[in-house]
Amino acid sequence: MLKADSRDPAAWPRLLLTLLALALLWPGIQLSELDLGVLFQADSQNEMGRFVSAFWPPAHDQAFMQLLLKATLQTLAIATAGMALALLLAVPASLIASRALSLSAASRGGVPSLPGRLLRWPVRGLLIFLRSVPEIVWALLFVRAVGLGPAAGVLAIAITYSGMLGKVYAEIFESTDQRPAHALLQAGSGRLAAFAYGTLPNVAAELLSYTVYRWECAIRASVVMGFVGAGGLGQQIDLSIRMFAGGEVASMLLTFLLLVLCADQLSRLLRWRLT
Amino acid sequence: MRRLINLLLIVVIAFAVFASFAYLELDLAELGSANSLKQMGSYVQRFLSPDLSAGYLKAIAHGSLETLAMSALGTLLAALFGIVLALPAAGRFGWPLQSAARLLLNGLRAIPELVWAALMVLAAGLGPNAGTLALALHTTGVLGRLFAEALENTPPQPAEAIRLQGGNPLLAFCYGTLPNLAPQLLAYCLYRWENNIRMASVLGFVGAGGLGQMLYVSLSLFQEAQASTVILAMLLLVFLVDWLSAWSRQRWVNA
Repeated sequence: MLKADSRDPAAWPRLLLTLLALALLWPGIQLSELDLGVLFQADSQNEMGRFVSAFWPPAHDQAFMQLLLKATLQTLAIATAGMALALLLAVPASLIASRALSLSAASRGGVPSLPGRLLRWPVRGLLIFLRSVPEIVWALLFVRAVGLGPAAGVLAIAITYSGMLGKVYAEIFESTDQRPAHALLQAGSGRLAAFAYGTLPNVAAELLSYTVYRWECAIRASVVMGFVGAGGLGQQIDLSIRMFAGGEVASMLLTFLLLVLCADQLSRLLRWRLT
Repeated sequence: MRRLINLLLIVVIAFAVFASFAYLELDLAELGSANSLKQMGSYVQRFLSPDLSAGYLKAIAHGSLETLAMSALGTLLAALFGIVLALPAAGRFGWPLQSAARLLLNGLRAIPELVWAALMVLAAGLGPNAGTLALALHTTGVLGRLFAEALENTPPQPAEAIRLQGGNPLLAFCYGTLPNLAPQLLAYCLYRWENNIRMASVLGFVGAGGLGQMLYVSLSLFQEAQASTVILAMLLLVFLVDWLSAWSRQRWVNA
């Protein structure tokens, strides 16, 4: 089709690869019932148009603003309380799971003995399980177990984040220089003392900055978890969407964006301050 | 002075934690009391016998495939829209379009997938279609920004050489810029796909299809045996994806 000097030698293989990929994806299109046309149908456009046109102006009457403030504070409180509970579980679990405090590793060049490795596995497995189930699934389960409201959100964040924090803490302990802690262990100090004076000074900054970053994530997560009834801003957004109250959805989405932005700035400030 | 400020910070953080517990009126003693622990225990017990009958496993397989299809198509659509938006966002068509495209990408990215899904369920009806669209919209924002940054950082010389030889802008982009860019774009797409598989399995909570919807329905009907099978399937999916991505990264990226 083209002259010899401007022909692309790789055109055919690329075309065939694309066709192959499309053939593989075809059942996927059937499965996911993908239909972009539905967005351009008249009735769904009417429906959507009416909903979106109510976005402006965002709702801002007195009663709603008070509700909004309450929901925002609740979201912040869920994230903070959830993180506090998560730390209660994550810190001991990371100390147990980490190889950094292994007595047998101190005299074996950093590799714990077989029983040492086997004994750490249950804790590691627990942490893997806690963080592998998504937080919103935990929230859904806790809503069934303890009822609608912020308690479910707090517990869901506490569980998922203890899994994540525990694993990352354990890895941070292992990734730093092991020699101070090993020296202390071999000189006969207890494990906690070896941790506090051998490992912690090296890793404190990293631990803090990761914790603050996770707190920021917890705020986002607590908004999302509201959609299954775990309190906070998300629950209000879900309610307003169901009532087709476009103005309320708009002002809550704006609040959410503002909250994320503020949390981002605050966490940057804290990290800069504490490290 | 620095010590004093740090001390103050710690006091403020401790105060914030206590204020949170007080504000939420969380009664941890009540939650930890024997009665509620017994209730939770019996609730957990109902999850311990997952429903492994052949018919239900078939439904689970269908749900998992639906989740995979949603995430794959959502990511693919997002990659297409993302590259279309990334070109103006990288400043290829002048600054008014650049700032408009950036604003659009930021907006798409800032709203979480689940909120998009709730909105799309309104627009497109219940089912996996809404989930696919929601994933596509959020991921467009993420990929568009990553693509735009990759475009800005790619060396311009090959494309310029083609332009100077008389090739049109499209050819210059396809044969000068894209070959350098393609591995990076592909890596970003795969990374997002991995994220989206996880996300697709929970989007169903607002009615957007896949495993999430099965979990939500069976929990609402108090069918804990079925729910625990769905959770197991989700875990399996996540482990599979983790393993596959770790393997492919070692095989293709670090080679």
